[in-house]
Amino acid sequence: MSTKASRSAARLMLAPAVILLLGWMLVPLTMTLIFSFQRYLPLRGGFQGWVGFENYVRFVGSSAFWPAVQSTVIIVGGVLLITVVLGILLAILLDQPMWGQGMVRILVIAPFFVMPTVSGLVWKNMFMDPNNGLLSHLWRFFGADPVIWLSDASMLSIILIVSWQWLPFATLILLTAIQSLDSEQLEAAEMDGAPALSRFRHIILPHLSRAITIVILIQTIFLLAIFAEIFVTTQGSFGTRTLTYLIFQRVLESQNVGLGSAGGIYAVILANIFALFLMRIVGKNLDR
Amino acid sequence: MARSVTTQRKTFNTFLAWVIGLLIFFPILWTVLTSFKSEAQAIADPPVWFFFDWTLENYRVVQERSNYSRFLWNSIIIAGGSTVLGMFIAIPAAWSMAFVPSRQTKNILLWMLSTKMLPAVGVLYPIYLIFIQMGLLDTRVGLTIVLMLINLPIMVWMLYTYFKEIPGEILEAARMDGAGLRQEILYVLTPMAIPGIASTMLLNIILAWNEAFWTLNLTAARAAPLTAFIASYSSPEGLFYAKLSAASTMAIAPILILGWFSQKQLVRGLTFGAVK
Repeated sequence: MSTKASRSAARLMLAPAVILLLGWMLVPLTMTLIFSFQRYLPLRGGFQGWVGFENYVRFVGSSAFWPAVQSTVIIVGGVLLITVVLGILLAILLDQPMWGQGMVRILVIAPFFVMPTVSGLVWKNMFMDPNNGLLSHLWRFFGADPVIWLSDASMLSIILIVSWQWLPFATLILLTAIQSLDSEQLEAAEMDGAPALSRFRHIILPHLSRAITIVILIQTIFLLAIFAEIFVTTQGSFGTRTLTYLIFQRVLESQNVGLGSAGGIYAVILANIFALFLMRIVGKNLDR
Repeated sequence: MARSVTTQRKTFNTFLAWVIGLLIFFPILWTVLTSFKSEAQAIADPPVWFFFDWTLENYRVVQERSNYSRFLWNSIIIAGGSTVLGMFIAIPAAWSMAFVPSRQTKNILLWMLSTKMLPAVGVLYPIYLIFIQMGLLDTRVGLTIVLMLINLPIMVWMLYTYFKEIPGEILEAARMDGAGLRQEILYVLTPMAIPGIASTMLLNIILAWNEAFWTLNLTAARAAPLTAFIASYSSPEGLFYAKLSAASTMAIAPILILGWFSQKQLVRGLTFGAVK
């Protein structure tokens, strides 16, 4: 098929996608990079001169930076821990023979299809509201004082909401991976009298390691960028201001574009670290 | 799966899985139930479960007061438009990389993936600025283009993994029978590629429908889709749980149903073919 004509036709077919993505990546990123070296305040006269690395230093030096890093790490880490651990357990459970397996699977993956603004607001109001939320009813039923979730346990609340959204993703991918496991191997181990726990440790877990890595990397990239869940719930208050949210506030709310752009470049670098690892794995897979 | 298990164990598995499944699904179920209640019943303590006066009042109110159908229409146009537009660009690209691979193919694929990793917030202001300058802010066209671009890498990747699975021998056989390139594409490849194309479109519609960074930041009144419409409930007045539930139910129902059909494709699409 690789005649010269077909090769140049192939290049022509590929060109639009490459050009568009190249433009989508390079143009705004270059602009962000340029802004990041400027004092640029659109509401107060716009461009006010070049400042070198001042924005980068100020962004890291501001009192909001380290708390934002901390919340980002806690939210991403917390969600990863919950979704991966529960995802593994759930995937193993769903792989067992049972009645109505397909139906259970449909129930479990449903949250993934709920738009972030809906899940944020449904959880905030109908579950976590201290007066009328279902959880407050439950607490009162047991005679306890209702928790004011989104202010007193703000981080936990955000982690819960986001975990609910991402658990289906982890479960589905790990389930797909488990189903590709050779069941004869498991049966043999079972017949040799290996207890369930050691079957898990020595057969299932090693088999899942690649899928787990992929789940962690992909989720990390998406979790670093969560926005709507915070936007409709705490608006970044009560310690839930993540790096993404801080940059959003600098750029659009306080319209300090230079400072926000420097933050944006930090975010790009951070995301790229995880992306590099992910692409290594995906790239290896392409060769097979 | 011919592992023999006792009925007792199977019963236990079934019970446990259903309890967990229903627990995970519960927030959605509760939202749907609440949408049929009156506002007073929606916050009743102890909660009312199934025995209340079922009403469609909330759906009527949401539709009339907020012009729900306009947001729905925006969502349909933006999600559908970005998908169709994206396919016109992604299909030829995936096609050429799958059937006429070169030494660069792998690098191009990985580079495309890397553009998907670009954090949106890092380019928020430039895009905002470009949109203002080009008059694209708060337009469906602008949003359609942005959503097409952010999902293009996933479309190309997914199609690529599907096209890769079409065996080359079939093409050779067709050629031996005297098929020209045009016939080859039209009668041999296209029918085999349709399932993959359909799956890719399905996943992409879901992703675009639920996208909530650009849709919140680049729209105001005119082009706002359902994600932004729901967000307007974050600062409500008075009792609103039943209305929020009705609006939410309408916003997620179509995609929930589409999503259930796309479980398998979801894994392939979101892991870039690394888990199948």
